[in-house]
Amino acid sequence: MTRHLFSTCTAVLLLAGSASAQQKATITGVPEIPFTSVPNFLKLPAGEYLGEAVAVATNSKGNIFVYHRRDTTRLFEFDKNGTFIKEIGKGYYGFEFAHSVRVDKDDNIWTVDEGANLVTKFSPDGKVLMVIGRRPPAVDGPVVTPGPNPPAQKYILCRPSDVGFDPQGNIFISDGYCNNRVVKYDKNGRFVAQAGSEKAGKELGEFNLPHGLQVDGRGHVWVADRTNNRYQELDNDLKPIKEITNLGTGWTLCISAGPHQYIFFSNSNPNGNPPGSWQNTGEIYKGELDGTILGKFGKPGKIVPGFQVVHKIDCRNPNELILGEIESWRVQKYILQPAPPRTAGGERR
Amino acid sequence: MTRFIYALLTATVVAAMPLSAQNAAPALNFDSAPAPLVLPDDIYLGEVGGVATNSRGEIFVYTRTGHPTLSMGTARPFAHGGSRLFQFDRNGKFAREIGQGLYGFLFAAQVRVDPQDNLWVVDEMSAMVMKFDPQGRVALLLGRKPEAIQNPPRAGGPGAGGEGGGGRGGGPPGAGAQQDVFNRPTDVGWDAQGNIFVADGRGNARVAKFSKDGVFVKSWGQKGTAPGQFASVDSIAVDAQGNVYAADGGNMRIQVFDNNGTFKTEIKNVGNAQAICITTAANQVMYVSNSNPPNDLDTAGEIYKMRLDGSMIGKFGRAGKLLKEFGTVNAIDCRGENTLYVGEVGNFRVQKLTIH
Repeated sequence: MTRHLFSTCTAVLLLAGSASAQQKATITGVPEIPFTSVPNFLKLPAGEYLGEAVAVATNSKGNIFVYHRRDTTRLFEFDKNGTFIKEIGKGYYGFEFAHSVRVDKDDNIWTVDEGANLVTKFSPDGKVLMVIGRRPPAVDGPVVTPGPNPPAQKYILCRPSDVGFDPQGNIFISDGYCNNRVVKYDKNGRFVAQAGSEKAGKELGEFNLPHGLQVDGRGHVWVADRTNNRYQELDNDLKPIKEITNLGTGWTLCISAGPHQYIFFSNSNPNGNPPGSWQNTGEIYKGELDGTILGKFGKPGKIVPGFQVVHKIDCRNPNELILGEIESWRVQKYILQPAPPRTAGGERR
Repeated sequence: MTRFIYALLTATVVAAMPLSAQNAAPALNFDSAPAPLVLPDDIYLGEVGGVATNSRGEIFVYTRTGHPTLSMGTARPFAHGGSRLFQFDRNGKFAREIGQGLYGFLFAAQVRVDPQDNLWVVDEMSAMVMKFDPQGRVALLLGRKPEAIQNPPRAGGPGAGGEGGGGRGGGPPGAGAQQDVFNRPTDVGWDAQGNIFVADGRGNARVAKFSKDGVFVKSWGQKGTAPGQFASVDSIAVDAQGNVYAADGGNMRIQVFDNNGTFKTEIKNVGNAQAICITTAANQVMYVSNSNPPNDLDTAGEIYKMRLDGSMIGKFGRAGKLLKEFGTVNAIDCRGENTLYVGEVGNFRVQKLTIH
C-alpha cells in the first residue's frame, strides 16, 4: 500500500513537473546561425539499432562514442565518418541506463549511468580503469525510492547525469536526479568537495536537477541546472561565479576544445509539454565563455534536421557538432557556419 | 521508512568505524602486479565477490556482471542472470566461463577451492552453495533458490521466504533457526574431514555445519553482539585443527569456535573483517581485510597478516582506487602464503599481491 502511494505521488510529481518544465528563452535579438545536417551520418551494421541516443562524444581522432539505451544500455564506437567500429562494455556491470559519455584529454572514455549510479573510466581501448559510485546491490531487492532523498554521501552517487575534467585531471560529476549537487574528485577518485546537496535549491551554488556539466580550460565548472531553468558557472573549488537565466530550460551544454573555447547551451524540448512549446523552444545557443551569446540554431522536429530531444552535444570542433537525441533514437551531425561578425559597436543583446 | 532507518544505522556504524583498526601493527612491504588478469574484449569484471586458485594455480573469479532480470507476465516472478564465473590460467590469461546461464548465479558472494580442487560457489541472492567438480560439473548443492521474488518484498523479510530468502519455513531473519536453507549466505569452508561450514550470512547470522555429503548437522549463532552471536557472518575459514573462524564484520571481530560450534575466543582490532583467509602450509597464518564501506574511501581498507592466536604480524594497503589500494575487499586467496589474490567490490578487479 505504501509503495502504491509512492507510485501515485511520483506520477503526480512527474505530471506537475512536465507541465511547468519547458521554458521559453527570454533572450531576444539573437542571430540565426546557418547550418546543414549531414544525412544518415551514422552507419550501423545490418541488424544493429540505436535506442535513446542520450550521449555522444568524440575522441582526438574524431572517433564517435554513442552511449544509448537499447534492449540494454550499450556503448558503440564509430569512426569519424560514422562507420561502426565496435561495441565497448558488452555486458558490463556498470551499464544499466545510459545518461552521458565524455572523452578526456588522454582519450579515456567516461560513461555516466543513472541506473547503475556509476561513473566508469575506460581506457581508449575499452578496459575499465576506474569506477566511481556504487550500484544498488540486486540482493537488496527491487528498489523504489520513496520520500525525501537520503543525505548525499561522498562516494555514493544517486542517478548521476554527467562528468567533466579540468586540465589537472580532477573529475567533476553532476549528481543528479536524486542528489542535487556537483562533486569534485581528484584524478585518483578521492572526494575533494561538493556544491549543493541532496536537497534541491534555488540559490547560487544550489541545484534542482543538475543535468549536464562541462569544465572549461580555466577549470571553471559549468552546470545545466535544468529544473531551475538556468546555467551556473562555478570556479574550480565549486564556488558559484554567475548564472545565466535567459536561455530557457538548461538541458545540456558543451564546451569546445582549443585555445578559443565556445560554449553551446540547449533548450531541449521533450514530448509531453503543453501545445505551443514547439514554436518557441528546442533551440541551441552558441556563446563565449564570458556569457555573450553569438547566435542560435535548430528547432524541434521529428524529421531531420529537427531535434527530438537533444540530450548531449559533442563540440570538440565548434563548427561540426554531433548531437545525440533521446526521443528520436538518433545522432545527427550539424555543420555550422561560423558565427556572424559582431554588430557595429559590439552590441550584443 | 525502513530503508531510511537502515541508512541512518549505516551512517552511525560508519561514523563509529576506527580510522585504522590496529595502528600498532608494523607495515609490510608489498607489490601489486599490473594487469594480473587478461580479459577478452567482450568480458568485463563487475563487483568481484570471490577469487580463488586451485592446486595448479588456475584462478577462478565469481563476479557480478549485470542485473538479475525479474520476469514479468508470470504468476511467479523470478530472477535470473546477474553473475558469472570465469576461469583463468596460472598466468592470468582467460581460459573459459563455467556455469553460463546457471540457475543459481544471481549475486556473486564467494568462490573457494577445496583441497581436492573442487570449486565452491556461494551466491548471496539465490541463497545457494554450489559445488563443482574440477571439470566444472555441478556436484553438490546446498540451499535452494527462492521460486519467486516478491515485489514489493513480503512482510517478514528474506527469512520468510521472500526476496533473497531460502524458501520454506524458518523464523525471522537472524533468528538462527536450525535448518538447511540460507538467507544471504556469504562464504564456505571445510575441515580436514570434509565437513562443510557455511557462513549464513547477512540475512541469517549463523554458521551452518554439514557433513561432506551435504547432510545438515547443526548450526549456531543468531543476531546479536554476545559471544556466539553475530551482526553478520561475512567470511569463514577453518584451520588444520578444525577450528572455525567466522568473520563478524559488523561487530568488528572474528569469532573462533571449535569444530562443533563451541565458542573459544574472539579476535578484535581487525576492524570490519569482511574477508579472511587461512594459509594451508604448516604454521598457518591468517589474512584479514578491514574492508572500507563502499561509501567511504577515506577510512580503513588495510589487510592484516596475523597468527591464528590473533597476534599481529603486520598490515598493508589502504582504501583507494589505485594499485596497492583496495575498494571494499570481499575475497582473499592465500594458497601461497606471500602471494595473494584479492577481489574487490569497489574497483571491479582482482589484484595479485606479493608480500615481502
